[in-house]
Amino acid sequence: MSGTKGLRSWRFVLVLIVIIALTLCCVFLDLSWVSEKISYSLQEVIDALMGRGTWSSTIIVRNINAPRVVIGIFVGSGLAVAGAAMQAVFKNPLASPYILGLSSGASLGAAVSMLFAIPFIPVAIVTPVLAFITCFATMFLVYMMARTGGVVKTETLILSGVAVSSLLTALVSFLTFISGERLEGIVFWSMGNLGNADWGEIAFSAPIIFVSSLLLITQAKSLNVLMLGDAHAMDLGVDVRKTRLFILVLTTIVVAAAVSFVGVIGFIGLVIPHILRILLGPDNRVIMPVSMIAGSCFILICDYLSHVIAPYYGVLPIGVVTSLVGAPLFIYLLIRRKKEVGWN
Amino acid sequence: MTLETKGLSYDYVGWPVLQDIDLEVEKGEILGILGKNGCGKTTLLKNLNKNVSPKSGKVLLDGDDLEEITKRDIARKVAVVPQTNEVHFSFTVRDIVSMGRMPFQGLMGGMSNSDVELVDKALERVGLTSYADRHINVMSGGERQRVIIARALAQTPQILLMDEPTLHLDINMQFDVLDLVRDLSRNDGLTVVIVSHDLGMVARYCDRVLLVKDHRVFALGTPQDVLTPENMESVFGVDAELVYDEKAGENTVLLHGSSRSKE
Repeated sequence: MSGTKGLRSWRFVLVLIVIIALTLCCVFLDLSWVSEKISYSLQEVIDALMGRGTWSSTIIVRNINAPRVVIGIFVGSGLAVAGAAMQAVFKNPLASPYILGLSSGASLGAAVSMLFAIPFIPVAIVTPVLAFITCFATMFLVYMMARTGGVVKTETLILSGVAVSSLLTALVSFLTFISGERLEGIVFWSMGNLGNADWGEIAFSAPIIFVSSLLLITQAKSLNVLMLGDAHAMDLGVDVRKTRLFILVLTTIVVAAAVSFVGVIGFIGLVIPHILRILLGPDNRVIMPVSMIAGSCFILICDYLSHVIAPYYGVLPIGVVTSLVGAPLFIYLLIRRKKEVGWN
Repeated sequence: MTLETKGLSYDYVGWPVLQDIDLEVEKGEILGILGKNGCGKTTLLKNLNKNVSPKSGKVLLDGDDLEEITKRDIARKVAVVPQTNEVHFSFTVRDIVSMGRMPFQGLMGGMSNSDVELVDKALERVGLTSYADRHINVMSGGERQRVIIARALAQTPQILLMDEPTLHLDINMQFDVLDLVRDLSRNDGLTVVIVSHDLGMVARYCDRVLLVKDHRVFALGTPQDVLTPENMESVFGVDAELVYDEKAGENTVLLHGSSRSKE
């Protein structure tokens, strides 16, 4: 009894140390990046951050790299913790924060904003606002569609999520096709880009993501029970309908706040909680907080990689890198750990 | 603690599932619910702890309408052993049984010493002490069933609702579990409602039997009064009789066959 417990807590400390160390490492590497040939030293990065740097290091570190790192940290943590929550709600280790079609909802909003310019308001403002709104509208639509006889079943939610998502994706494709060059932007938007966010946007989205993530973590215990099944959760006194709605709304807030500013970034919400569950067991009281750190770590690693391989392909959109890194990792896990993910 | 339904009716998107069920379960009593597939047995059980709410009529827990009690307060008094299902996450047996303490804990609260003791005791009672660190997702249906029974015990309920509790269990374990349940009801005044397909087990362990047919109460009373050859033929289509097993000192049901084979 104490054997596993002891092993688990020992592992927990080790995993936490490794993740935090890796994250700090990535923060530094990402901040110090200048070009494939040049990067700043730790001292130069600190000087630049403190405002004692040279003219060029201040611009590069503070104005170019730092916003990217900061939004990355928040988006990564939010998507990972939302992924953990969705996997628990849907009792499926393969669920992601986008399972209800939120990413296609946001994409449609972004596409519309780029296609139909509103006078006097720059696209840079309209796109996140509209993406945020359509993200929410999608969640609302999916939830209402899943109601049968006043009851919303989890299985029905997935189905209506898939249905709505494919419809919205089709609409985005349609808009992209008919508008030609004007919608080139949507292609890049849907691949994710950390570099677009400015401090004003970060000041708006970071607190939203952070607070919603913490609120999600307060539901960790209920989520543990939900992983056994809705009926089990009800039997143990969880108001499943309320709890699930609360979690879905918080996830939508996190995803909307993240995706609206940086576009669709895949695989973080899917892979991170999954890997952590293999390392640390399924308890959401552990998985969810650690997911936040690990999500940031993963996105920063991917951001750094996208810069390292820049000389060959240009700086790749972050969503492409997270998928390129995340998908093989995920496939490996699926093959190695069939039982844990329900592939019997 | 008593449980009562008054004119309970339930329907699912227009289909009647339960009609006008009147039922009273006394403290310390074991009530068996029998009926064919789809007669509404499981739905009746779900109504008893507000997993679903009746379309009309009410359910009373010690005289209080369930609709006025929160899920959490219900879970502090009523534990459920549902039909088993697969779990895709690698919780340990101890993790799952510990969840039985959840209705008594705060939002993020951990296990107190007395919680741990209750969990240990529950594990011991179903013979799972040495399984505490095994992972639920690689266990057999019968083992999972025992884990869930242990969880229900750790919940220290006054009322225990069981849906086919012996379905996946080995024969000896079926007796062990129901002996345990009977012990709890006799000695601790635990009120038990068991939904089952097993006529013999119900005849042996239940103080009273509710026979459900076509979503209504068909018969309610002692096993001797309810499990008559006529009733069993009418509800289940079997040629069967309740007999007293001298050696065991218990009731059992002899199944002679389908009533069709008699013709």
